[in-house]
Amino acid sequence: MQPKRSKDSVLVANGQGFWGDSILGPVRLVKEGPLDYLTLDYLAEVTMSIMQKLRQRRPDQGYATDFVRLIDRILPDLVAKGIKVVANAGGVNPHACKDAVLAVIRKHGYTGVKVAVVEGDDVLADLDRLIGAGEALRNMDTGAPLASVRERVTSANVYLGAFPIAEALGQGAQIVITGRGTDPGLVLGPLIHEFGWQPGDWDRLAAGTVAGHIVECGAQCTGGNYTDWRKVENMALIGYPIVEARADGSFVITKHAGTGGMVNRDTVVHQLAYEMGDPAAYITPDVIADFTSFELVEEGPDRVRVSGVRGKPATPTYKVSASYQDGWKSVGQLTISGPDALEKAQLCARVVWERLAYDGFTYGPDERLEEYVGANVCHRGVAVPGAAEPTEVVLRLGVKGPDHAKVERFGTELVPLVTSGPPGVTGFAGGRPKATEIIGYWPALVSKTLITTRVSTFEA
Amino acid sequence: MTVVALHRIAAARSGDKGEGSNVGVIARSEAAYRFLVGALTADKVRAHFAGINHGGVVRFEAPNMRVLNFLLEDSLGGGGSASLLTDAQGKTHGLALLRMTLDVPADVLAATPAP
Repeated sequence: MQPKRSKDSVLVANGQGFWGDSILGPVRLVKEGPLDYLTLDYLAEVTMSIMQKLRQRRPDQGYATDFVRLIDRILPDLVAKGIKVVANAGGVNPHACKDAVLAVIRKHGYTGVKVAVVEGDDVLADLDRLIGAGEALRNMDTGAPLASVRERVTSANVYLGAFPIAEALGQGAQIVITGRGTDPGLVLGPLIHEFGWQPGDWDRLAAGTVAGHIVECGAQCTGGNYTDWRKVENMALIGYPIVEARADGSFVITKHAGTGGMVNRDTVVHQLAYEMGDPAAYITPDVIADFTSFELVEEGPDRVRVSGVRGKPATPTYKVSASYQDGWKSVGQLTISGPDALEKAQLCARVVWERLAYDGFTYGPDERLEEYVGANVCHRGVAVPGAAEPTEVVLRLGVKGPDHAKVERFGTELVPLVTSGPPGVTGFAGGRPKATEIIGYWPALVSKTLITTRVSTFEA
Repeated sequence: MTVVALHRIAAARSGDKGEGSNVGVIARSEAAYRFLVGALTADKVRAHFAGINHGGVVRFEAPNMRVLNFLLEDSLGGGGSASLLTDAQGKTHGLALLRMTLDVPADVLAATPAP
């Protein structure tokens, strides 16, 4: 059964769970059934720092270029069917992203397609103003003030809410490009616009937030990463999730008819349980959603209805996500065949540390890693009944620390094991591991009154 | 009472939450949920993850979803970009928890469909 399209309901799909998700998700969503809105999430915690670096090198970079390639591919369907797109593809340079999208629209020869930009999340240049206004931007985990790493900060972005997205849609935009915002806000924004929900409509804002949380990781609610994976049919052409939302806040999670995967109470609950924290207080800038409040009912094949979501008043703060230079790391690997794979891999690790120590380089227990992939590295210390001696092992060694030269030195002692270690050492493809930067994550809160958002609309 | 793996009566999904991981356990029946509220304590989960988690464990309950949600506070080797671990995001911690064995009453097993 296809999702129901009527004047009472709106269909919002998420086609991208993270930067690097399959392009087939959104490409198929705009082709294989009805749709009103396509949302796309491109930003992870470390992405903003990488994008700031790209922008420093080239002023027209610093956004998710995948998004522009996607628009190039799906634009004819978007225009023909009137599907609107909301994406956080703007990264730290939403206007450059908008300019690239407008160029694609012109290339296809369309006129009158409006593209909006939501700004105000990027506070990197405003940090001193915020600190001067009395915001210590204390790390939410450690309590330390941002001043302690101030000169090493490489990006700082506020998680904006859904109302600026609704404002952009209200200006007639068909494509809305944002920087950092909450993931559920990509879905909540269109619902605020369509149904006229207001700040203070806590239950409905919470409902849209829950809907957004369920679909924010794409196929993770339609049978992807599902415990009982043998039950999932046609994983190759898994359907991406669609919210069929109503003005009262109730909604159905579904997918297009004929697509792979499945939507049932269990697949939806799997995603609700993901990254949930305290279920009674899921905090966004728009509302505090209570994940213990609602009811889930399977109302048909691949249709789960969620109703009764309750929300509480939003907090007076935004969450800020800053990143800072936090040292260096290097990881490399070798493959060691049997017989005696594990014992030989353990010898290899000892040899590497001893050779480095001979040369004056020692690494503390918190600065080095030894993993024997194939011998239960994922479930360290958890009993695995019937586990046999592995026939081969991937030895993964790594170090980290503030001293670049010390981290870099480590990488030179892996490959020599091929000729100066035990027999059966191979798999050194990829060459010598290099020291790469560690991007530290700094979560903090900032008063909403100090942040100004701006929405502007452009036309090809 | 029968000793079974947690997987027999529950499913799970996990992911990163700062320097720790979030492990959601989804009971396969109401009976299994009621049993797990008593049996799957934060202390028991903390002991199970002793080789992985170096911090505390906090448990939350969401009975409407039959979910027990656990936060393992220091389980990712520093978390984010600072982690050297293969599973730097705790994606496999849910399956690690499903390997736990429990003594489950016969009526709970009878009321809980096997996976």
